[in-house]
Amino acid sequence: MLNLSLSHFLILGAVLFAISIVGIFLNRKNLIVLMMAIELMLLAVNTNFIAFSHYMNDVSGQIFVFFILTVAAAEAAIGLAILIVLFRNLRTINVDDIGSLKG
Amino acid sequence: MVMNLPTLMFYLLSALTVFAALRVITSRNPVHAALFLVLAFFSTAGIWLLLEAEFLALTLVLVYVGAVMVLFLFVVMMLDINLERLRVGFWKWFPFAAILAVVLLVEMVMVLGSSQTAGTGAAGTGAEVAKHAANYSNTKELGRLIYTEYVYAFELAAVLLLVAIIAAIALTLRHRPGTKKQDQSKQIQVRRNDRVRLVSVPPVSDAAKK
Repeated sequence: MLNLSLSHFLILGAVLFAISIVGIFLNRKNLIVLMMAIELMLLAVNTNFIAFSHYMNDVSGQIFVFFILTVAAAEAAIGLAILIVLFRNLRTINVDDIGSLKG
Repeated sequence: MVMNLPTLMFYLLSALTVFAALRVITSRNPVHAALFLVLAFFSTAGIWLLLEAEFLALTLVLVYVGAVMVLFLFVVMMLDINLERLRVGFWKWFPFAAILAVVLLVEMVMVLGSSQTAGTGAAGTGAEVAKHAANYSNTKELGRLIYTEYVYAFELAAVLLLVAIIAAIALTLRHRPGTKKQDQSKQIQVRRNDRVRLVSVPPVSDAAKK
């Protein structure tokens, strides 16, 4: 407990991941907060990567975090662009209102 | 026994992160959620510093707090959202989600705490972490790896960012009717006959004036 070990960081990552899963369930109508919960999930995964990279003395784990950050930034940019187009056309970001493909 | 400083910092920062994450998913106003997400990113950057990933910690602050979260804030403030409608039935699925999250968490902690994981290499014991020299540079080491072993992945990431830029611009580009702008292809296609009209004006003599 008193000396830091790998488990401390992995459990923190697990807690963050669980919180964001609850967030996806709670905010299932609000697209913006859904995207924020996904960002939080990626943060938990990145923390795991960095913890393993530190405790296994292998810098490659940090390279993977680098690429995850790149992909997450691209995803956020495109996701927000889609959100803006959606709002421009429908005047809403409520997931319940976006059912026109249901037929 | 007294905690050493890194452990104390870890508990402080992780408590802050978990608190901020909880506020992100429960706050009523999306602007507050975005600001709490910024707090979560900042404290996670501190935790990454504890793990000696200095370059990535700074990248997290610069890229995430500086770019992605500002983008989120812009979008949240630009959209005029009816918040009350989005909060209807907010807690409806909470029991199910809580059970799911707790089961997931317990499973992960059990895997981490089991004797089999604890025995694998330097990971489980946590004792044999290499101490770096004072002049060790995390950034230099990352750069060396990226430009040698992972150079193709690095270039793919660059192409991915380019695709993302073009996609984001193409998605949000809008041609409003009535705005004055250049149309280059029309300008190039223009012929002399479309623009110039020669009018033959008969000369007027002084005698005709009078």
